Amino acid sequence: MSVPAAAVGRRPRGDKIRGRAFYVLLLVSVSVGFVLLGTLLVDVLQKGIGYLDPILFTEPASANPDRAGARPAILGTIYMMLILLVVVVPLGVGTAIYLEEYANRERWYNRLLELNIQNLAAVPSIVYGILGLAFLVRGLGLGRVLLAGALILTLLVLPTVIVASREAIRAVPDSIRQGAYALGATQWQVVARQVLPAAVPGIATGSILALARAIGETAPLLLVGALTYVAVDPTLLGSFTALPVQIYQWIARPQDEFRLLAAAGIIVLLAILLTMNAFAIWLRNRYQKRW
Amino acid sequence: MATKDVTAGAQPTIRLRAERRRIGEDVIKGVLALCALVSVATTVGIVVALLEPSLEFFREISILDFFSGDRWAPLFNPASFGVQPLLVGTLMVTVWACVVALPFGLGAAIYLSEYARPRVRQTLKPALEVLAGIPTVVYGFFALTFFTPLLDDIGIQVGIFNVLSAGLVMGVMLIPTVASISEDAMTAVPQELRDGAYGLGASRLQVATRIVVPAAVSGIVASYVLAISRAVGETMIVLIAAGGLAQISLDPREPAQTMTAFIGATGIGDVPTGSIEYKTIFAVGLTLFVITFAMNVLSIRLVRKYREIYE
Repeated sequence: MSVPAAAVGRRPRGDKIRGRAFYVLLLVSVSVGFVLLGTLLVDVLQKGIGYLDPILFTEPASANPDRAGARPAILGTIYMMLILLVVVVPLGVGTAIYLEEYANRERWYNRLLELNIQNLAAVPSIVYGILGLAFLVRGLGLGRVLLAGALILTLLVLPTVIVASREAIRAVPDSIRQGAYALGATQWQVVARQVLPAAVPGIATGSILALARAIGETAPLLLVGALTYVAVDPTLLGSFTALPVQIYQWIARPQDEFRLLAAAGIIVLLAILLTMNAFAIWLRNRYQKRW
Repeated sequence: MATKDVTAGAQPTIRLRAERRRIGEDVIKGVLALCALVSVATTVGIVVALLEPSLEFFREISILDFFSGDRWAPLFNPASFGVQPLLVGTLMVTVWACVVALPFGLGAAIYLSEYARPRVRQTLKPALEVLAGIPTVVYGFFALTFFTPLLDDIGIQVGIFNVLSAGLVMGVMLIPTVASISEDAMTAVPQELRDGAYGLGASRLQVATRIVVPAAVSGIVASYVLAISRAVGETMIVLIAAGGLAQISLDPREPAQTMTAFIGATGIGDVPTGSIEYKTIFAVGLTLFVITFAMNVLSIRLVRKYREIYE
């Protein structure tokens, strides 16, 4: 190449400094979140570690911080998680299959359905709480019970499950479907025996992440009455509380001891969430196919 | 079909459809469509749940008084139902959240899309998402018991409950929301645009700020709108760290009550159905829903716009 040296030229010095400064700003932007996350974890661990004892898991809430535990709350969270799993996964996957495999996108109602799901995903969680209060607790007369809480969380994370399942289904290449059709499979046979098995890892990962989001939710549960004193193990149609709600209750108390207890509760909650997230990531890495 | 007529005479028609209608297949499609209907029912449910008690509320309190009133004291006697303090409180918290989330979110997106090596990006992106996965009650705890005392220590004299701490911590929580949508939009910008700019002698900084960011602007705005909508709808951080005083104040060191915090605080108690306190939850909820709904629709449209241009 015979480009004269002068034409290539050097950048002015100012440009280089500006480029550097910009790069540093970007690094700061990325780091802010991690710095806060690290501080938060250290802070919570320091405050909560002293109260992280067996009492936390075996005793109900109490006015005496040294004897107060979160057993009903932890059980409430686990029960809700099980109900959620049973209800939200079939609903979410069913909707995703309908949208990806059956729906004709030219039709206005299918487009509206999609828009509706996108919008539901961004509705504030407390609005779901209002829905639960109006329809489940008061309208249906269920009362302030565990089932109402679980159902409201179901509706809250349903869009997340749908979106994740759709992505997993869409990632299955069309050649697989065409191959099955060519062998005479019906549409449902194609979906049930080819598409779904291939999409299971993606669906499972997305569903676990959605569940993790659901059990960390506090606001909608406040409205369906989870903020009560529960001394006994929760039942489906009995009054209930959940771990994040219990944490909130402890934070709201003026005594410092309860703040520390709240930190201990947060450690338990974060440990559960972290386990679920790690499991989801492991599942994805272990089973996800690359086409 | 036209081909059918041509071949019909010459050779036996090849029928691609099944011999008989399969009822099982139709039933399955119906069941799947029913699943899809659940989310439609949810939206209808939300609208109906909010509208009915709100209409009753506005029959007792005129809508004009509601929006023009500057005193919010629904549980006092005499009660006052001016929603402005809640709107101002919401706005204040949102503004402070944006001060953190918008610039840092955009910076993180530019870094991930334009500067980070693929391996770095692959680890940083999900790691950043962890921030969005931390329960908000935990952020509330952190804001109240760590960040507020910290602000006090560095000389910003804040109250125990204040807007600043809640807003800033919420802003950090929203960084991944901004970063991930903006980064998607930037990745969708065709490589040719960057190459063309480099070919003309542009530096990396120039390519990032004058080519990629303008080309991805609709996606970036979409992420901003969505983050603002999230900030408006966030409950727990505000409920815990910003206090419960509904007042009109532009001082971030003061406590405030947002729409969400009011709903949360009032909904906790067992308010009797049909009472005016009960209906205020819905009137404020409807206001909140309309505001966030408008922003969500705008954000969805903007995302669709950049997808149309580049994909």
